[in-house]
Amino acid sequence: MKKRNFRPLIQTLAALATNANLGGFFTGKIYQGGAKYACVPGLNCYSCPGAVGACPIGSLQAVLGARKHWFSFYVFGILIFFGMLLGRAVCGFLCLFGFIQELLYKIPLPKLKVPEKVDRPLRWLKYAVLIALVLLLPMFATNQFGVGAPYFCKFLCPAGTLEGGIPMVLANGSLRAGLGAQFWWKIGVLVLVVLSSVVIYRPFCKYLCPLGAFYSFFNKLSLLRMDVDREKCVGCGKCGRVCGMNVRVLEDINSPECIRCGACRRACPTKAISVRFGLTEAPRRAGAKKVQQSADIDR
Amino acid sequence: MAAARLAMIALALLFIGLGIRAGEQGIVFDKAVRVCLECIGVG
Repeated sequence: MKKRNFRPLIQTLAALATNANLGGFFTGKIYQGGAKYACVPGLNCYSCPGAVGACPIGSLQAVLGARKHWFSFYVFGILIFFGMLLGRAVCGFLCLFGFIQELLYKIPLPKLKVPEKVDRPLRWLKYAVLIALVLLLPMFATNQFGVGAPYFCKFLCPAGTLEGGIPMVLANGSLRAGLGAQFWWKIGVLVLVVLSSVVIYRPFCKYLCPLGAFYSFFNKLSLLRMDVDREKCVGCGKCGRVCGMNVRVLEDINSPECIRCGACRRACPTKAISVRFGLTEAPRRAGAKKVQQSADIDR
Repeated sequence: MAAARLAMIALALLFIGLGIRAGEQGIVFDKAVRVCLECIGVG
């Protein structure tokens, strides 16, 4: 029996829950209630008229860029908490911008498989974005008042342009009057990400997202993890072939790149792949040899 | 590993508590309830 995929439903519900201020899209005003003290788990611009929570990456830059704090215990605490619970399942299930990229990828056009020798080095780019644009520049590249700008939001974040910039500019004449080179630069970045998302699965998540980079550190440790039953695995390699994030499933199922989408689990003919939520590891079984053969096929 | 996981969750909660004590949530709120011009590409 084919396994049902509830992920699109969860992604839709998460998108609606974190952007429940739908009236804001018509009035051009953003939500100002108390929920904005809290950060949402995914990349969701707080200047989106619908947003009811704060973007964790924007918040991190805001606190680090403020004069009185050299470190953001609050935002790091929230990020570590989400990371420890879910790892990059946040990307796979709760992130609106990840969901948008997936929808774009469903457009029936030829798809591009990025060669591994290009793909693997590019994956490191998101860590550079996290370190440079989100952490170091807001802390050290400050103005005369000692305040750092949110450099990632300012120059790169396509989610901010799509969710915040375009709706706010459409709804506010005063903002339209202030458009300049920076806006068009960000529109250019957005267009590039949107077009590449049609032909490449989640390119922003793979190569540029600093939030995905942060959560990736927790994929092996998080309470939610994937597991391969080595006794059940027949080494067919289907799991590796269906993985949109190009994870070597049998070698490293909890790879930093895995967004827990469950495609491998659904593709597995012997139900060897499972999801686990808990503090302890799954009991190890014999059969490592069989899995090694599968890993070779996978490659 | 279970102990490490518990320790990390405890650390996360400790960080959140320390952040609230330092008033960081106020900075987050102030930023989030105003239109961030840099974020939308206007500022």
